[in-house]
Amino acid sequence: MTATGLIAASEFCTYHHVEFRFIDSLSEAGLLETQSVGQEIFIPESELQHLEKLIRLHHELEINLAGIEAITHLLQRMETLQDEMRVMRNKLSRFEE
Amino acid sequence: MAFIDYYKILGLDKQASDKDIKAAYRKMARKYHPDLNPNDPEANKKFQQINEANEVLSDQEKRKKYDKYGENWQHGEEHEKYAQQQRAQGGNTYSGFGGGKSQGFEDYGDFGGGGDFSDFFNSMFGGNGRSSSKQAKYRGQDFNAELQLSLRDILTAQKQTLTVNGKNIRLTIPAGVENGQTIKITGHGGQGANGGPAGDLFIKFNIPPESDFKRDGANLYQNIQLDLYTAVLGGEVTIDTLNGKVKIKVAPGTQNGSIVKLKGKGLPVYKQEGNYGDLLVTYQVLVPTHLNDKQKELFTELSKLK
Repeated sequence: MTATGLIAASEFCTYHHVEFRFIDSLSEAGLLETQSVGQEIFIPESELQHLEKLIRLHHELEINLAGIEAITHLLQRMETLQDEMRVMRNKLSRFEE
Repeated sequence: MAFIDYYKILGLDKQASDKDIKAAYRKMARKYHPDLNPNDPEANKKFQQINEANEVLSDQEKRKKYDKYGENWQHGEEHEKYAQQQRAQGGNTYSGFGGGKSQGFEDYGDFGGGGDFSDFFNSMFGGNGRSSSKQAKYRGQDFNAELQLSLRDILTAQKQTLTVNGKNIRLTIPAGVENGQTIKITGHGGQGANGGPAGDLFIKFNIPPESDFKRDGANLYQNIQLDLYTAVLGGEVTIDTLNGKVKIKVAPGTQNGSIVKLKGKGLPVYKQEGNYGDLLVTYQVLVPTHLNDKQKELFTELSKLK
């Protein structure tokens, strides 16, 4: 990944009014991919939207880290199931006249 | 413009305390938050209603105004002015909501747009009616759109320009998208409130079935009719595929319902450039009807030979 695709975690925290500890906890829980360059922690641009969503869940809905972890997991499962359902529906349509 | 019962939206009655309102809002926001209900316009709508109800009921001043005028909010200001006039003149207190043309809340439109809040809210509290003290950031509404494509359209990646809310959005539709598949275009939904992020645009692809082809993923199924003589003796048939005409050899003694696979003649595999599904051709052998005398004679002769 090029340097232009990374955002300094400190800058992100200032902008979004979040503590670095929160970013660090998300990273430790495997909910966020961060990168270290020297002493500084960076957030890949591709993770931004996902991270902002996690912050909204934390701030707007007051959901703690464990809750965010569970929600993320369930949303992923829901998405997989919805995809499976769509594929099954399309398969079934082959037998409909 | 219909009256909105904010208490009902939050599942509360008029006696609800601030604590009850906060708890009900939190509970319902967790249920209907757009991040927890991706691609669900109903949940999105509900979330906006909940936000609006909370905006009014959690603010003492707004709640008071809302409670005071209730369903008669349209005549509320008129009533207020009249009552003041009566008091100034030392007259009797006005005891009801008067008729005549309302000069009240419907004129509040001058305060500007209120983002995603209802017309009811904007007319009662004006566009600036949101609590400035809280400055809660709300994510914008997600937009949903449907795009109709044919099977031929999805043979190659398609570049299209969509106009959503006056904005042109250029997008490339990958080859081989499935019927019902949805793609998300980040940040092209409704504007956020109080500096909140914009919502997303979800485009659902609608690929109606075609009479000639049935689809299963990247594989296509096609029925073709084969005359009895070609089925028995073998030969060649030309079929129409999505990529044009294809000549196929028919083996002697081909049975009704037998399937021939044409490798790579199906649809492109989604996001796997250069990979294609197969076309599976099912033969439907046609048994001749209305035989003439000569044909009957020959078939009879054939039947004696077996």
